[in-house]
Amino acid sequence: MSILIDAGSRVLVQNITGREGSFHTQQMLAYGTRVVSGTAPGRGGQEVEGVPVFDSVRQAVGATGADTSIVFVPAPFAPDAIVEAADNGIRLVVCITEGIPVLDMVKVCAHVHAKGCRLVGPNCPGVITPGQCKVGIMPADVYAPGPVGVVSRSGTLTYEIAGELTALGMGQSTCVGIGGDPVIGSSFVDVLTLFEHDPETEVVALIGEIGGTDEEEAAAFIAAKMTKPVVAFIAGKTAPPDKRMGHAGAIVSAGRGTAAEKIAAFERAGVIVGDGAEDMAQAIAAIVKERPVAR
Amino acid sequence: MKTHEYQAREVLARYGVPFPPGRVAETPDEAEAIARELGGKVVVKAQVHAGGRGKAGGVKLAGSTEEARDHARTILGSPIRGRLVRKVLVGQAVPISRELYVGVVLDRATKGVAMMASAMGGVDIEEVARSSPDAIVKVSADPLLGLADYQARDLALAVGLAGDQAKVFRAIAKTLYRAFLECDCSLLEINPLAVTEDGVLVALDSKMVIDDSALYRQPALAALRDTSEEEPAEMEAQRAGVNYVKLDGNVGCIVNGAGLAMATMDTIKAHGGEPANFLDIGGGASVDQIGAALRIILKEPNVRAVLVNIFGGITRCDVVAQALVGLIEERGLNVPVVARLVGTNAAEGRRILAGTDVLLVATMSEAAQRVVCLAGESRRVAP
Repeated sequence: MSILIDAGSRVLVQNITGREGSFHTQQMLAYGTRVVSGTAPGRGGQEVEGVPVFDSVRQAVGATGADTSIVFVPAPFAPDAIVEAADNGIRLVVCITEGIPVLDMVKVCAHVHAKGCRLVGPNCPGVITPGQCKVGIMPADVYAPGPVGVVSRSGTLTYEIAGELTALGMGQSTCVGIGGDPVIGSSFVDVLTLFEHDPETEVVALIGEIGGTDEEEAAAFIAAKMTKPVVAFIAGKTAPPDKRMGHAGAIVSAGRGTAAEKIAAFERAGVIVGDGAEDMAQAIAAIVKERPVAR
Repeated sequence: MKTHEYQAREVLARYGVPFPPGRVAETPDEAEAIARELGGKVVVKAQVHAGGRGKAGGVKLAGSTEEARDHARTILGSPIRGRLVRKVLVGQAVPISRELYVGVVLDRATKGVAMMASAMGGVDIEEVARSSPDAIVKVSADPLLGLADYQARDLALAVGLAGDQAKVFRAIAKTLYRAFLECDCSLLEINPLAVTEDGVLVALDSKMVIDDSALYRQPALAALRDTSEEEPAEMEAQRAGVNYVKLDGNVGCIVNGAGLAMATMDTIKAHGGEPANFLDIGGGASVDQIGAALRIILKEPNVRAVLVNIFGGITRCDVVAQALVGLIEERGLNVPVVARLVGTNAAEGRRILAGTDVLLVATMSEAAQRVVCLAGESRRVAP
């Protein structure tokens, strides 16, 4: 068990013939992911790394039974790619693309939700269930299977924390990068809900950052609904106001969305807040060692 | 992307939002001429990307053309909230009976667009939100249906308008919503929306922020960018394709990934240092991009030491190391550099840097500790 993806996931790569799409297809295959098909309009009939390419998602799903897709389509066309996946029975769409106009995502999120499809991202590193399946662009060798669920708005910071956890002998159930944009398909609360119900996950590491109120909503959810312990880290304590810190969504605007507010919200909810990746991993290690759960 | 008040005004006026007559001036002479056209009683407003212009002396009421000229002379060329004023908006002064607020925002929590109105206009709406949250009414527009007529009616009722005034307000609200979508805004507001003593609704100030990710399809709006409002180093970084934000400290940092870059700044601070910048080279940066990033940082006179913190994924540590070596060969290092390379091709990266002056460390906290210490000791030498 795991959340979102496992060894049985049948993955479709949208824009498989592009530079990123073809490179990561090879990387995902090397990890053991069942990449069953790809799409690239006008290039149906070709192959990339031995994976058949189709002109449309409809054809790809019909021929290969793909149930999960990863989107490497450039920003101006990515919203259409997500909608195409949702309309053709894909149940999980992971969108890596950065720089999609926010108002496009407002419409796409509403549509995808209405279709009963789940979207992770955009502007995210993807999802990995260590040892089983990788639908993303993360460096696979820092991950190991285990009891820690990881959910994060940041890519490299997730690698950092997964690396620290693995070094301490603590593997991960599933790691989900939810993305750094202001409007994203899956929020912290969505992923925490899945971890709470996942028997393989014993403790959750949550990596947030400045901007928006997703962390505050997560804190309220943890206090009200979660039985599993959560350890959090918030990046951007030293970020100046009104400046975008790399991610489109990482901005303190009008004095709201500061790290201090988010840390206070987590502490009120009884969540341990780490002071960095190393500190966070130590706190998780302490919790895992204390818990009498048989694994 | 931020815009100036006069730019937002021009865009909204084209949509039919009513403003008092006025134009932008770059010299006291121009301001005087505009004031004369408008009958002498005008408001002279500094055009800078900063809030609270009134309190900072950037908005002045003039009773005559001479006074308008004097105000323009005072404001033009002076700093308002740390920004040099190059233009003033000269607008006809109107007698006001009430000041309202109406605005459209991206609502991240609902993944939608929200419209807000308040009878307490004319002041910073964030301040109203903090002190009297009940004074702001907010409606969420359905992403697929848009702002419904009843929602516009609810907003008009909430700010206490009736009859023809309510009708005009609803038209302005719907126009504002349409402009927000068509212009790919993340914020579009009129504050204050004044009710004059004659009972007429006019927009006295407006603010428009455009989604950077949508500029590619908004060429007319992208052309409104005022580069004089931006840090030259930040623009240089943008051209090189890296995310850079200038800060006040003395420890320069180069990191891959926005989250890790922020965490690196926080760690420097936790070790008693002050970061000189945020810098995210992004995923898969080239030698040229990383070289450009290094040059931008080393050019800053405050920088006393540099921390290179890379967790290689798509980014390759050997590429980062090559960029460093290239820079050392080209111009030497004028400040100490500490590097922590982990992940993709880290061993190769460390091998490339062995024998150079770059100090290699294993962990983030060790890196921060060393670089903060070095920044304290370091005296900058000429390159």
